[in-house]
Amino acid sequence: MPDQLIWGMEVFLNGLMAGVLYALVALGFVLIFKASGIFNYAQGVMALFAALTLVGIMEGQVPFAHLINAIFGTEVHHFGWHVPALAAILLTMVVMVALAWVVNRFIFRHLVNQEPIILFMATIGLAYFLEGFGDIMWGADIKKLDVGLPQGINLVIDEITYGIFDYGFFIDNLDLVATGVAAALVIALVIFAQYTKQGRAMRAVADDHQAALSVGISLSFIWVMVWSLAGFVALVAGIMWGTKSGVQFSLSLIALKALPVLMLGGFTSIPGAIVGGLLIGVGEKIFEFAIGAPYLGGATEIWFAYVLALIFLVFRPQGLFGEKIIERV
Amino acid sequence: MLDAQEGYITEDGRKIGGVVMEMKNITLRFGGVVAIKDISFDIREGEIRAIIGPNGAGKSSMLNVISGFYNPQEGEVWYKGKKRPQMKPYQVARQGIARTFQNIALFEGMTVLDNVMTGRIRQMNAGLFAQAIWKGKAEREETQNREIVEKIIDFLEIQHIRKTPVGRLPYGLKKRVELARALAAEPSILLLDEPMAGMNVEEKEDMSRFVLDVNDEFGTTIVLIEHDMGVVMDLSDRVVVMDYGKKIGDGTPSEVRNNQEVIDAYLGVAHD
Repeated sequence: MPDQLIWGMEVFLNGLMAGVLYALVALGFVLIFKASGIFNYAQGVMALFAALTLVGIMEGQVPFAHLINAIFGTEVHHFGWHVPALAAILLTMVVMVALAWVVNRFIFRHLVNQEPIILFMATIGLAYFLEGFGDIMWGADIKKLDVGLPQGINLVIDEITYGIFDYGFFIDNLDLVATGVAAALVIALVIFAQYTKQGRAMRAVADDHQAALSVGISLSFIWVMVWSLAGFVALVAGIMWGTKSGVQFSLSLIALKALPVLMLGGFTSIPGAIVGGLLIGVGEKIFEFAIGAPYLGGATEIWFAYVLALIFLVFRPQGLFGEKIIERV
Repeated sequence: MLDAQEGYITEDGRKIGGVVMEMKNITLRFGGVVAIKDISFDIREGEIRAIIGPNGAGKSSMLNVISGFYNPQEGEVWYKGKKRPQMKPYQVARQGIARTFQNIALFEGMTVLDNVMTGRIRQMNAGLFAQAIWKGKAEREETQNREIVEKIIDFLEIQHIRKTPVGRLPYGLKKRVELARALAAEPSILLLDEPMAGMNVEEKEDMSRFVLDVNDEFGTTIVLIEHDMGVVMDLSDRVVVMDYGKKIGDGTPSEVRNNQEVIDAYLGVAHD
């Protein structure tokens, strides 16, 4: 087998793994968009905020330490304890639920029945607020996140592929874990949406507010629930990205990569977010490997996803799995 | 004057129970506009109560007050012998008051079956996890809810479209699905906002038959708003007549028909 093909396969697999991480962020977008018609620009920042909070709790950081020290002239930074990963994850989830409640109580409750563009603008505001708030609360330095997930080359895959191709593939253990987690998350979300009362209520609210009220569904409960779910997905994405590349403010920029993912997969489809993420992950890696690096001078990964999204916007604006937009005349 | 506890016998010989809901001196304003002015009436168990009146008389507003979509500035709503505090629409729904809308409010993306199932949300109490893994209480509940829903679907003759997304259905069928969803809640009061609006004669006849059958079969108390005088007189046991937000008549169809004020409102009065 020619070397090019074998390397290509390795690139393909790594692309799949990268795609899983894109899909995780896109998933949070889809959830909120489906249930409330809001395109949540802040989803990426929520992932960052979740990761910051998780590290902060694990390391026993004092929240707002810099602010407190600046005002009172004190020198507090750490409580001096360490919280085990699992407990810290649970506590972070509590914070994310509280955030969901606050966001609904103070922002979206006042914007009911407004144009989608206004809701979108509100989420941009929320994104900047949350970014600054996370900064003040936990500090702006790059943090290491280690919740005990395995990292580094997977030796089993390395050995097997070496046996077959005489060339061992490099697949990161963390990427494998992320794939497993993403799969579990999607299955859980689909079961939740399709087979539980709350899931049915969520779909109902997304469809028609008046009708939902008339069968006894509380809109604000469902909204807080959906934002909490999106917070949970953000936390998972934050853990994966944070473990991979450290918790830093560039994390919020991965949200931008989720946009082309959504344009491919469709804004309303959970499976679409996954397939879109994988397509973009694989597409940008293969393109870079086959065309970008040899002929275009490399670094095509930066723009490939957006060009692909543009092409989709022209030929299939609803995405692969989105609901077809039918205009009745 | 009828007694609150004792019922009465309708014109077609059905026995009607005591008062289940009473509106006391309801006044509803939108800014300077008075939509409902000091209206009182009661609704009795098992009856078909109609609210009629010309366009803009405040009929829909009255229905929205009953279902909690509007909160009146003055007056009290008494339900099952208790004064009802100010409530949100979903809380009213959970008390067993189901409704349909004049302009149909269905979940267009869901199938007919799913739409009707949402009507049972009030009756689902199993834990989230139990629902997800389909065990124990959740399984029993879901089976029981499905049985009731299927019965209603059969009853309203919409079996053939069970799995069809509602968005694809014609208007008349949508109205029927909306009725099915309201019925699925097993409501103690069913509110129908112009159930026959925009229908052709055949569809109107079908819908009238369903309203009567629902009342007959399940003993459901029904409050309905309707434009078509003929339909109202055929269907209802007692009629409230509204005009410009005021109540101008209340009684059996034959009483109302002979009420001079009602005749004036509908036919117009000569001013000389």
